[in-house]
Amino acid sequence: MNRVKDWKRVISESFIWRSVFRHGYPDTRRNKMLAVSTNVFLHLHPTKIKERAYQVRFTWCMGGISFFLFLVLTVTGLLLMFYYVPDSRRAYDDMKDLTFVVPFGSVLRNLHRWGAHAMVLSVIAHMARVFYTGSYKPPREFNWVVGVILLVFTLLLSFSGYLLPWDQLSMWAVTVGTNMARATPFLGHEGPFANVLGMAINNDARFVLLGGTIVSQSALLRFYVWHCVGFPLILVVFLSIHFWRIRKDGFSGNL
Amino acid sequence: MSEDLLTGTKRLSRRGFFSAIAWGAFTAYMLALGAVLTRFFYPKILYEPSQKFRAGVPDDYPKGIVNESLKKAQRVWMIHTEKGIYSLIAICTHLGCTPNWFLENNRFQCPCHGSNFTLEGDVIAGPAPQPLFRAKITLAADGKIQVDKAITANRPPQRDEAPFVLKV
Repeated sequence: MNRVKDWKRVISESFIWRSVFRHGYPDTRRNKMLAVSTNVFLHLHPTKIKERAYQVRFTWCMGGISFFLFLVLTVTGLLLMFYYVPDSRRAYDDMKDLTFVVPFGSVLRNLHRWGAHAMVLSVIAHMARVFYTGSYKPPREFNWVVGVILLVFTLLLSFSGYLLPWDQLSMWAVTVGTNMARATPFLGHEGPFANVLGMAINNDARFVLLGGTIVSQSALLRFYVWHCVGFPLILVVFLSIHFWRIRKDGFSGNL
Repeated sequence: MSEDLLTGTKRLSRRGFFSAIAWGAFTAYMLALGAVLTRFFYPKILYEPSQKFRAGVPDDYPKGIVNESLKKAQRVWMIHTEKGIYSLIAICTHLGCTPNWFLENNRFQCPCHGSNFTLEGDVIAGPAPQPLFRAKITLAADGKIQVDKAITANRPPQRDEAPFVLKV
């Protein structure tokens, strides 16, 4: 047992270890705080927090669970991309291959699918909890706004991913969803004031979303790129702001 | 701007002048970038059926018949009534499904949420908020019918006049 302790000390006091972790072994109060504040992954979290503000009964841990699900979705989504080609002639077959042929593909797809459903639910539960505990009130009112943006991007990710299996459900869901853009004021060709800017089926807001007038190859590619790269990148930016503001504004609760 | 203490007149300082130029250039650049990005998302070539197509000659469409021959390829019905020939777009105005023509009921019925439309395209049942659209229809120089689905109308009196009805 002493041997293990000796080795731990040797490693944690070596030149290489100390070049990565600048603080000493976290057994003192100071080193424990430095372990959090000097780590890029942990520094968004406060080094000290009141126990009462951190009770699961109060927070439901819904923000943390949402973030965990986002990480799960990023990893499983990345793995799905190795077998999926956003080509309208083979997307459906690739989805079927992922379900029935690819080793553990079924687990992967279902993790991604159920994770996505769970993330929508946990984000909404998080929002409800923040609302019911009044945690949106000053000085946290800006973070509520950032949270609403995150909710929108969660829903956009959910919606854009829905097209990718390229089956009848996807086709019609996105047909219906993008048809709403037809009714945009000024920018949709069936919306109010469509004539002011001369909107038609081949130049309005829906046309830009789909890259065409029907849900076809260009729409599949656009949704794929937004789903896999565009929306996650934007989400991460707002996520960072969201976490940083919790750190700066402090936790709410019985302080 | 800096103020001349003796005369009280305001004059543009050298620093203010260059600052204005720099911010002006930056603003112009960002506006141009926004315009470029917007234009980027409008494709110049579409790999899908054109909005404009030829639809045969007027004699192909006898009076009183809903012609469905172009529905699969172009998603329109060619209809000849007392007022003339019009090209009715087969996109339900509720959520974009494709209605079907039922001769025995003399109406279009949408399979998704049950909207019903008359021969004219008017809503007589279901959730559709407005009549079906008619495409621009003209007679080309060679005597063929030319349809343009990008130009539409769905309410009288506009939809009952040229170019949305072809008088024959």
